[in-house]
Amino acid sequence: MSVVFSKPHALTDAVLHYCPGCTHGIIHRLVAEVIDEMGIEGDTIGVCPVGCSVMAYDYFNCDMIEAAHGRAPAVATGVKRALPDKFVFTYQGDGDVAAIGTAETVHAAARGENIVIVFVNNTTYGMTGGQMAPTTLPGQITQTTPFGRDTAVNGFPVRVVEMLSTLSGTALAARTAVDTVPHVRETKKMIRKAFENQKNKAGFSVIEVLSTCPTNWGMSPVDALTRLREDMIPYYPLGVYKDADIHNSPEVK
Amino acid sequence: MKGNEALAEAAIRAGCKCFFGYPITPQTEVAAYFAKKLPKVGGTFLQAESEVAAINMVYGAAAAGVRTMTSSSSPGISLKTEGISYICGADLPCVIINVQRGGPGLGGIQPSQADYFQATRALGHGDSRVIVFAPSSVQEMVNVVNKAFNLADTYRMPAMILADGLLGQMMEPVEFPETEVESFDKPWATTGHGNVREHNIANSLYLKPEVLEKSILDRAKRYEDIENNHTEAECYLTDDAEIVVCAYGATARICKSAVNAARAKGIKAGLFRPVTVWPYPKKELVKASANAKSLLTVEMSTGQMIEDVKLAIECKKPVYFCGRTGGIIPTPAEVLAEIELRVKEGV
Repeated sequence: MSVVFSKPHALTDAVLHYCPGCTHGIIHRLVAEVIDEMGIEGDTIGVCPVGCSVMAYDYFNCDMIEAAHGRAPAVATGVKRALPDKFVFTYQGDGDVAAIGTAETVHAAARGENIVIVFVNNTTYGMTGGQMAPTTLPGQITQTTPFGRDTAVNGFPVRVVEMLSTLSGTALAARTAVDTVPHVRETKKMIRKAFENQKNKAGFSVIEVLSTCPTNWGMSPVDALTRLREDMIPYYPLGVYKDADIHNSPEVK
Repeated sequence: MKGNEALAEAAIRAGCKCFFGYPITPQTEVAAYFAKKLPKVGGTFLQAESEVAAINMVYGAAAAGVRTMTSSSSPGISLKTEGISYICGADLPCVIINVQRGGPGLGGIQPSQADYFQATRALGHGDSRVIVFAPSSVQEMVNVVNKAFNLADTYRMPAMILADGLLGQMMEPVEFPETEVESFDKPWATTGHGNVREHNIANSLYLKPEVLEKSILDRAKRYEDIENNHTEAECYLTDDAEIVVCAYGATARICKSAVNAARAKGIKAGLFRPVTVWPYPKKELVKASANAKSLLTVEMSTGQMIEDVKLAIECKKPVYFCGRTGGIIPTPAEVLAEIELRVKEGV
């Protein structure tokens, strides 16, 4: 019998702990497929900090580091500076990238740190049971916004890739989603481009992937995908916000 | 050479390849020296966006298997404690310098020894320890850097050099000993598996209590080994001393002058100076104070090391305290007066 579909080598055989219907599995697979296709598993170090991806060190077959909440871009910087010829990526959630780790994220981008951030935005703190995230939409009900996110009290969501696209050190800032097959394909294309950027020492790349959290949203997986499409994409428009080779730009001295 | 610069030079000679720091007085010359020299020897100097980021960069570089360090002063060390705990939990080697200044809070920028509790007991949450050297001269700062890296690599844990603003800013003649950089096999490093081994993981998360407990107990065994084999202390005129003055770092030098002055007056005073403060040289202190009627601890704090002194001698003798804090340095005259008082009072 011929095998027509298999798991990428860059994923281990471990059973993922993610909830049913969660799109982390798709995004893990996309990252692993890119690593496989580029043949770089042996030269890649992944950094996964606190959040739903905290145990991703068991899922990726490349060398892995578990980091403190929000600190993955700093840890990745340490690895990359020590081993400049290796591929280094982080896999982070919204609380990690845009709340507790905002400084680490922004400054890794500002330095043009030659790393890839795969940023999974599901508008909630999934691992701790669904609290308000920096990307929680106005009006969204969470455990800590039981009456809906009131912008007069909790302020406004952070549009991460738009913000990072303003920094000279950012080579690639794009937002994609995993709600449909074309969007999944686009996500993979962007992740691939981010890793290619690293190979070409082009600078900092961040791919924000709009993702679902059926458990904490209190929805079926299908309804969650509908919410992603109807509520999230209008607030977080998909697209490439920056695409440049910063190390060959006139700004580089 | 200035103390801070000597520390940096010694670290480069010890094979430090990556330095990550953030400016804070009175240690900034450490970073400035690395910035100038490290790129010339193929290393990386990087000014981080915060102390928190700097220690996490150290975490990454340590996981990648290179000799790496950071340097800060008291308030900055508080920020680093999160990262230090993760580094302990992931069993990674690195060196951290604390050029202490006055606290709490922003405190002041003058020399202090008020971070002793933090250095010896609380450099991070959880059951974790850090090897701590407390040099008392620029030369000794140079000497302990290589040792700190070697012990850190041997035991896969952080080592700290606990200096103070006085030592960091002091200029003294210094010699750099010809030492070969010891090379350590790091099969655990996350360098990319190169398709020749299983993937390595640097991690401090163990959700199963039995597994976490085992990892902590394994580490505790290493700590025990360090306590048994790597304590260091200087004993000065302690053999016949009726009063043993206990002090570390710059304060110990002031105390040595006071001890000499006391001897000139016919008082049998001696000095016990721990070079390692974790592990604390307990056996050495018991021996050094065997003939003493009392002990006098002198610190630039309100009294922190005094607890280790009492623990070491199991409170079998009176232990007095004399110190200044908030950036004020005790004078030899003050210490001498205290020695005279305690000897006169008898026990």
